[in-house]
Amino acid sequence: MKIKILNEKFDPWQEIVEFKRNELQNNPSIGASSVFLGTVRDFNDEEKVESLFLEHYPDMTEKYLSKIVDEAIKKHKIFDGLVIHRVGELKPTDPIVVVATWSEHRESAFDATRDIMESLKSEAPFWKKEGNQKGFRWVQVANEAAVDNAET
Amino acid sequence: MNICVRYFASIKDDMGTGIANIQVDDDITVGNLFEKLTANMSYDGTVLMAVNHVYVDSSYKLRDGDEVAYFPPVTGG
Repeated sequence: MKIKILNEKFDPWQEIVEFKRNELQNNPSIGASSVFLGTVRDFNDEEKVESLFLEHYPDMTEKYLSKIVDEAIKKHKIFDGLVIHRVGELKPTDPIVVVATWSEHRESAFDATRDIMESLKSEAPFWKKEGNQKGFRWVQVANEAAVDNAET
Repeated sequence: MNICVRYFASIKDDMGTGIANIQVDDDITVGNLFEKLTANMSYDGTVLMAVNHVYVDSSYKLRDGDEVAYFPPVTGG
């Protein structure tokens, strides 16, 4: 498992290739690699977005991301998982988050990647602040179910 | 007892600081402490609470040396 919080722009594809080569030793039992990549959109709620600032709670973030990936490894019996998440100043098109998992077959890799991403969205302590010509605003959570999940 | 309080995102902006070391009465809950800290500002948004980097509910009783954090619903990813 690898969890990285980065304060500068990164190349998700290079990270994935390096993880598979270095951490998984290109394990020949791997039959499926699943990747989710989140990038900064240039709009939200019909407003233009020119910049995005991401704040996090150091230590708690790593603790929860490790827990989330560990749960996915056990539940879906995947070989391993990688999560990289940006903090700091971002621009539209920049990668925000990459989740990658590796397994024998596609179902478990698809399911593990989705589970990790959904848990990250509701539990990992990150906050987005959008910027445009009108100023800055903290992004509000889209639904209260996410709050309920975070509290359990 | 001594408690370290941390605020994040919009709550940090509202409180005007990200971290404070304070003294509180024994047996205070994490929810009661937030009410005291925001008594003059009638904070009405959803607040999540964590103690020593683990989510807790508002009835959690604080202990000496705890690090408590208050923050709005998370919006990462």
